Amino acid sequence: MFEPIDALLGTTLGSPALLDGYLYPYILAGFALTLKLALASLALAVALGLLGAVARLSRSRVARGTAAVYTTVVRGVPDIVLMFILFFGGQIFVNWCGAELTDLGERLGVRLGWDYIEISAFAAGTFSIGFIFGAYMTETFRGGILAVSRGEIEAGRAFGMTPAQVFFRITLPASVRHALPSFGNNWLVLAKATALVSVIGLQDMVFRAAQAGNTLREPFTFFMVVAVLYLLLTGASDLCLRWLNRRYSVGVREA
Amino acid sequence: MDVEVIIKNLPLYFEGLGTTVQLVALSLGCGLALAIPVALLAASRRWWLRMPATAYIYVFRGTPLLIQMYIIYYGLAQFEAVRESLLWPVLREAWWCALVSFALNTAGYTGEILRGAIANTPHGEVEAARSVGMSQWQIHARIVLPSAFRRALPAYGNEVIFMLHGSALAGVITLVDLFGAARIVNSRHFVPFESFIAAGAFYLGLTFVIAWLFKRWERRWHAHLRPRDGAGGSSATPAPFTAR
Repeated sequence: MFEPIDALLGTTLGSPALLDGYLYPYILAGFALTLKLALASLALAVALGLLGAVARLSRSRVARGTAAVYTTVVRGVPDIVLMFILFFGGQIFVNWCGAELTDLGERLGVRLGWDYIEISAFAAGTFSIGFIFGAYMTETFRGGILAVSRGEIEAGRAFGMTPAQVFFRITLPASVRHALPSFGNNWLVLAKATALVSVIGLQDMVFRAAQAGNTLREPFTFFMVVAVLYLLLTGASDLCLRWLNRRYSVGVREA
Repeated sequence: MDVEVIIKNLPLYFEGLGTTVQLVALSLGCGLALAIPVALLAASRRWWLRMPATAYIYVFRGTPLLIQMYIIYYGLAQFEAVRESLLWPVLREAWWCALVSFALNTAGYTGEILRGAIANTPHGEVEAARSVGMSQWQIHARIVLPSAFRRALPAYGNEVIFMLHGSALAGVITLVDLFGAARIVNSRHFVPFESFIAAGAFYLGLTFVIAWLFKRWERRWHAHLRPRDGAGGSSATPAPFTAR
């Protein structure tokens, strides 16, 4: 099934080793993991972003302040540093909570079966990337919501919609067009940031390429393969985003 | 929280800070120098000039910096020709590999920012330059580029912050920058929270300094766009850092 791909890579890169099962399934399985990780983190980032945007625009000072600290701190620190804090620190934190809870349980005479928990690298990677890009998404959605014209929202209210109805039926759908370019940008940066999980030991395509390249003493070949796979991912995303952008801008006159 | 470990290791962090600042400053300088020709070519009307520059921008913006760095640091050694060339003493060093990959990467992003700014040059400015008889070269050096630099400034400020954050990858290839220092402290004392949070605080501080410097710089360069006293309204510059 992958013969055409193998043949193509075999001839263009001049390496028969790629045919020996390293590209498929080894590297391509890593590509699948990268995709899964990127999509799962995106889902988390969108959820956090919506929550953050609502908090930043809310009337409560506590909510506004919390969201502002979240976006400022996360966007002011390199993603790899945050990833290490969340990955290693998170592990310790969860088990510290576990130990404290067990202690508390014993004092109260309840036996809690909280053993040492090993957080899976995938879950930790998803959580850190989602948490980081949630901050960027917060700013994106905030901008999109602010760009919705007051008249549309007022019209919704005039129809007797509740604030929740206005938000979900008017504000949110109308903000998509304004948020889309920045959303697409975030997605492209997020997709590239997934490469960092190889540093914390997740077996994504970067990790696998490093291993295969090391074994076969052809690191250049394998990293180039990964670069091409990333280019395909970002290129395809770019095309999709342009199409979406056109769809959501139907009826808007170009300046 | 064990603050003592961090205080004891502050000299190491400051050494890392030095490496980070040095790497970022040098790669930004080299990157900008490379970005100007890339942007001019990418904004050209001739397709055979435009194509290589567009491809350069596309490739460097479309792949992760980590991969670019790995290709240069681990990948190039695969070739006999590289190992025997005059450049080998340079390309063998992690420091130079980091610098080269950062500079090439930021040149791609900066090139795209500048290209956009050049493409948005008001037509009247170019016409005015032509009408006083400037040559193509003079028009670019005196009108198009200075005008584009002004428009590119806010986006370039973001790029500088991203370069600072990207430079943390140097710690992955054994260099002792801020992130590398945090990794050393963590492996010596096993304090992941403290060691990386300390590095994060340094980066946050640097980010604020850069954002503040660019704000001042914008105030100067965009003075003509600022509302006059009493006119109210905000300046034409967008908020600080957004994802690029």
